Amino acid sequence: MSKVFSRDYASWGRYPKAAPKSVLRVNWRHEFVDQQDASANLLPYGMGRSYGDSCLNNDGGLLDARPLKRFINFDPDKGVLRCEAGLPLSEILDFIVPRGWFLPVVPGTKFVTVGGAIANDIHGKNHHKAGTFGCHVTQLELSRSDGTRQVCSRTENQPLFKATVGGLGLTGLILWAEIQLIPISGSQICMESVKFGALDVFFDLADESDESFDYTVAWIDSLQRGEGFGRGLFMRGNHAKSSQKKAKNTASAGMSVPFDFPSFSLNSLTVRAFNALYYAKQHERKVKKEVHYNPFFFPLDGVRNWNRIYGSKGFLQYQCVIPRDKAKEGIAEILKAATQSRQGSFLSVIKLFGSIESPGLLSFPREGATLALDFPFKGKATLDLLNAFDAIVRQADGAVYPAKDARMSAADFKQYFPEWRQFMKYKDPNYNSNFWRRVVGNMEAKAK
Amino acid sequence: MNVVIFGANSEIAWECAKIYAMKGCNLFLVSRNADKLEVVANDLAARGAGEIKKVAQDLADIAKHRQLLDDIDKSVGEIDLAFVAYGTLSDQQRCESDAAETVNELNTNFISAAHLLTLLGNAFEKQKRGSIAIISSVAGDRGRASNYVYGSAKAALSAFSQGLRNRLSKAGVAVLTIKPGFVDTAMTAHLPKNALFASPSSIAPAICQAIEKRKDILYTPWFWRYIMLIIKVIPEKIFKRLSL
Repeated sequence: MSKVFSRDYASWGRYPKAAPKSVLRVNWRHEFVDQQDASANLLPYGMGRSYGDSCLNNDGGLLDARPLKRFINFDPDKGVLRCEAGLPLSEILDFIVPRGWFLPVVPGTKFVTVGGAIANDIHGKNHHKAGTFGCHVTQLELSRSDGTRQVCSRTENQPLFKATVGGLGLTGLILWAEIQLIPISGSQICMESVKFGALDVFFDLADESDESFDYTVAWIDSLQRGEGFGRGLFMRGNHAKSSQKKAKNTASAGMSVPFDFPSFSLNSLTVRAFNALYYAKQHERKVKKEVHYNPFFFPLDGVRNWNRIYGSKGFLQYQCVIPRDKAKEGIAEILKAATQSRQGSFLSVIKLFGSIESPGLLSFPREGATLALDFPFKGKATLDLLNAFDAIVRQADGAVYPAKDARMSAADFKQYFPEWRQFMKYKDPNYNSNFWRRVVGNMEAKAK
Repeated sequence: MNVVIFGANSEIAWECAKIYAMKGCNLFLVSRNADKLEVVANDLAARGAGEIKKVAQDLADIAKHRQLLDDIDKSVGEIDLAFVAYGTLSDQQRCESDAAETVNELNTNFISAAHLLTLLGNAFEKQKRGSIAIISSVAGDRGRASNYVYGSAKAALSAFSQGLRNRLSKAGVAVLTIKPGFVDTAMTAHLPKNALFASPSSIAPAICQAIEKRKDILYTPWFWRYIMLIIKVIPEKIFKRLSL
């Protein structure tokens, strides 16, 4: 373990800005990690792909877990991989795909660590079939600030395992994890893209597709009002049975946004134009093709640092889930509020979560419709808009995703995640984050 | 293919070893810390390396070099690639106040490497094939106030490997001098980071490619060749006044 000198430890949305007091680089999993550091207030940090403030800790220290990226064991017959927690999913995929395996769940970017995937209990386009990432973690080892190390699974130290899955890195440092992979016969995805002209049609398409497609997600034009409100493109796919042809791996091309765009470059006009073009790009109602897994799962990874198009002020992402019975109205209300505000969301994504339950106490996904919108940070106007969304989500008994959040209220958090009290029993007392101080912090101090 | 790595726990060496492991090469790993070596060897085995053998040994101790090379000879036979990657980043200020520390650093980073390379060079000369790759540093290209103990050891290592290359080229043995710029590793964790820092994983493919193509000198990332070109042409009269 070594002390690290200045480096960029921001969150993906780059709002809020916060710098840790100290950073410890965790180099080896067998070495003792001194977590009784002066600040006694630590948070593991991986690739910094959490959007808001759940990966920030400006009152304390960060444990940079990225050097922990070694394989421990790979069983090529059973598809069981044990690896260190700082390993990025991208490196796992590079290794396992040629060997006929795939990760059971992948998020919209492959540049997250295994530890981050567990701590945020990430979901993917196959939530309706596979549940969350945490559903496929067979075991993991935690290093806690009291100096102990604990192997946790559904059978061993089960309460701590459940707290760690979706536990926002607050139960200790995950040193390694074991994941059950899924077999594939090639790197290709058989996908279909279906145009839909209204929000209702999305729900019909999702219901129809979720049976026969492992992966489903839709892009939605959040700026279209009146005729065509809620129009979009529904994408669905399965791993190709065998790859007869090799599609081009387009998303791995190394384009990069080298600097912050000026803040005026993303305005309601450019965003509207982008969305209209994106919708119009596909002429036919339905397009069927075979593509490499990269552009299908990780379309934005092709442009490194795409978050910089939002300028130096950063952006906020809002991802909520609305229970199935209230989903149509709830999503429509949020989209209406978004279009009326004229604060265009550049990329809006909608998907139906299935009913597979995660072991995680604070896991976000639950049965219903999930919508993700993003907005350049423009001060009060942006925050007011998201507060208006909150009222709708609250009313509909939904929830907001902590990994994307930088501003939800303490009261809302407690409504969305009623298990937080149970979670407190397993949270490491020496761990904290900006997010946690905001949503629970004061209560924790009172409890002491 | 038999690859022997001296200093296998180094992050740059490990990133290169991963590439050889994925190709199924047999690996013989030497490093000081046995626990770390275990972790590294596990990783390389999981990635598909052929046979892996490991010896925990402090390479600064030159008295044990001959025995080590005999053991390697017995267990793997002819070496296709010897990768010399061990070293320490000297604490310049400590070296200035403690002359013994200066000698220690020179011993680890140059004297012991020269000893090992002499023995290795003789073995390679006999087998008349194979490659030796040596991690030196851009720091050896010019002495600077902030880092001249480490720099002078690496300068000597660069010159040594250059001479060895000259000698062994007649025997058909390639010697590659690797000169990394700033690399973001545990060794440099305490240094302020800037845009010039590269990750070990980003420079490893270039190193392995240079070995395969039997290149002589590799600056990595590539732009360091030009940075050092400029640094080398600054007249000493001016250079001595700069704080670099």
